[in-house]
Amino acid sequence: MEFVDTLVQVLGSTIRVSVPLLLACLAGLYSERAGIFDIGLEGKMLAGAFAGAAAAAVLNSGWIGLLVGILISVALALVHGFASITHRGNQIVSGVAINFVAAGSTIILGQAWFQQGGRTPALGPDQRFEPIVWPFADAVRGVPIIGPLYSNVISGQTLLTYFAFLMVPVTWWVLYRTRFGLRLRAVGENPAAVDTAGISVAWLRYRAIICTGVLCGIAGCYLSMAQGAGFVKDMSAGRGYIALAALIFAKWRPVPAMFACLLFGFLEAAAIRWQSQLSTVVPVQVIQALPYILTVILLAGFIGKAIPPRAGGVPYVKER
Amino acid sequence: MSTPFAKLPRWVDYGVIPVVNLLMAFIVAGIVVLLVGENPLRAAWAMIDGAFGSGRNIAYTLYFATFFIFTGLAVAVALHAGLFNIGGEGQAFVGGLGVGIVALALDRYVPWYITFPVAIAAAALFGALWALIPAYLQAYRGSHIVITTIMFNYIAGSLMVFMLNNPLKPLGSMAPQTRMFEAGAQLPKLNWIFGLLGMQVRSSPLNITFLLALVTAFLIWLLIWRTRFGYELRTLGHSPKAARYAGMSEKRIVIITMLISGGLAGMMALNPVMGDQHNVSLDFVAGAGFVGIAVALIGRGHPAGIVVAAILFGALYQGGTELSFQMPDITRDMIVIIQGLVILFAGALEHMFRPWIQTLFATLSPKSMNLGVAKGA
Repeated sequence: MEFVDTLVQVLGSTIRVSVPLLLACLAGLYSERAGIFDIGLEGKMLAGAFAGAAAAAVLNSGWIGLLVGILISVALALVHGFASITHRGNQIVSGVAINFVAAGSTIILGQAWFQQGGRTPALGPDQRFEPIVWPFADAVRGVPIIGPLYSNVISGQTLLTYFAFLMVPVTWWVLYRTRFGLRLRAVGENPAAVDTAGISVAWLRYRAIICTGVLCGIAGCYLSMAQGAGFVKDMSAGRGYIALAALIFAKWRPVPAMFACLLFGFLEAAAIRWQSQLSTVVPVQVIQALPYILTVILLAGFIGKAIPPRAGGVPYVKER
Repeated sequence: MSTPFAKLPRWVDYGVIPVVNLLMAFIVAGIVVLLVGENPLRAAWAMIDGAFGSGRNIAYTLYFATFFIFTGLAVAVALHAGLFNIGGEGQAFVGGLGVGIVALALDRYVPWYITFPVAIAAAALFGALWALIPAYLQAYRGSHIVITTIMFNYIAGSLMVFMLNNPLKPLGSMAPQTRMFEAGAQLPKLNWIFGLLGMQVRSSPLNITFLLALVTAFLIWLLIWRTRFGYELRTLGHSPKAARYAGMSEKRIVIITMLISGGLAGMMALNPVMGDQHNVSLDFVAGAGFVGIAVALIGRGHPAGIVVAAILFGALYQGGTELSFQMPDITRDMIVIIQGLVILFAGALEHMFRPWIQTLFATLSPKSMNLGVAKGA
């Protein structure tokens, strides 16, 4: 019974740590499916986390915080678009630049505005997204297996968590069942064909990048306003890159993306929970490095081949 | 077309355009300083004074520049072959492991001038090995080198935490670092050079690795522009198709280029590990691998440009430290912003100002762009 309890706890925290990965992963999916590589998920997430927490603290509202976080993240996404769509710059270089600008400015501005060593003020219950307790969560806790699962894993998550998981079928639907989604996938494979059909490649890609910005902003706000209660410097801690790894792992498809994020989330949660027991068998560092190692193995083509969208990373030049 | 399709004179291409890009980066950085509530011009002056105001400050500037020469060269060599090595950070980290192992093995038995060449070889070897797997995967399995090198940065982090917590940690010590090296693995300082110039520098971390960096820059210039292999790697970078038609082995070039690139990044570790702090700790790379990207872009891939750009970034680091004493709100993280902006303007947006500058030059002096000849007579 104790084992079941522990497992349920780990599953609960798996969900919690998977959410930012999942949101960032889906964010990257829109952009990369449209043919724009995005190394800058990390930076957008970090900037969104900072802007969200700062605005929520100053303006005293979680929802306004979320809005500001999204706006800042979209602004950075548009910079990426301006460089890589309008000016046909190197998409990788642009993404790296955005990561640095976000990493530096969140620390500098945080310190200058709040004087707490790069932190934003701690957020109260109204300023952040609190866990939602579902009906009868306490009542069914005693029921074996289903009870703890219901009360610890399904109930007690924040609104943003449910939103993140809802975005998986939504993204699937947008991508495979709407006109916008068809065009978005086409522009990532063969932009010239889309152009011939009389659709603006640039505007389509800009729209994809705005979707990326919105989701990255929410991912950041989840970190600082749902999981945490305030911004801490470097709080994205490489999650943007893990999300990118998950995206490749999922071969740029929404539903596998969710499972990849849950897998990486489970590794993180398990590493934290069983740190002391595991360290006698394998070094903790091996578990921490596992998502990266798995991604490399996948990239090497040993677990099926990950083929990126064909026009990914290539700026589109209209023929004259 | 309004913009003339002509080449700019070399001095504009290598001089004016980087300066314009830098200026844009500094203007935006100035806006951040304004947001913080300080005067950007005063901040700029404090930085310049902090970087070059005294012999000691210059020595620190050159010490930081040493890091960036190595990492900048590492990025540039790969870029010439069309590869984006973003893994300098991890390669330098693992290079430090090589330096540490050599230093710990030899420091009690031989003088520094015997340890040094062995440590150089070990640093380059370890850094190169860390780049080998991403290189192999790029060449033979077609996986994207940007992603694999990022992954290897994180794996390097985990590896080093493990190494410094277990095999390399002295008994009874809590901190994740090696023991201090004895005199046999401590590199001589270069403070005497400032003595010759009439400046007193009592203590600074500037050491002979700086000279090694300059020599390396020259050797890399030879390699890229004066050897057969350099020709091949530039061909691959310009046009993979042309390289294939010419019968060059793409796989071989990718692997060798990445080994050189990783080796250069690894050699960076000599500077802090043997030159200054005399042990291997967890923070000796401190982002220098990433600064290399900005340095390579501003230096336009040329070793001479990279040395200049590295000194510029060394000045930003050193000046930034002094600045943070005067304006406590502007910490060293300001450099990270400037670095990001430089990468944005000099890298991703490099085409933004070029048409304007081309038009400007075409109007001002058509001859300098060979337009007069084309239209003429």
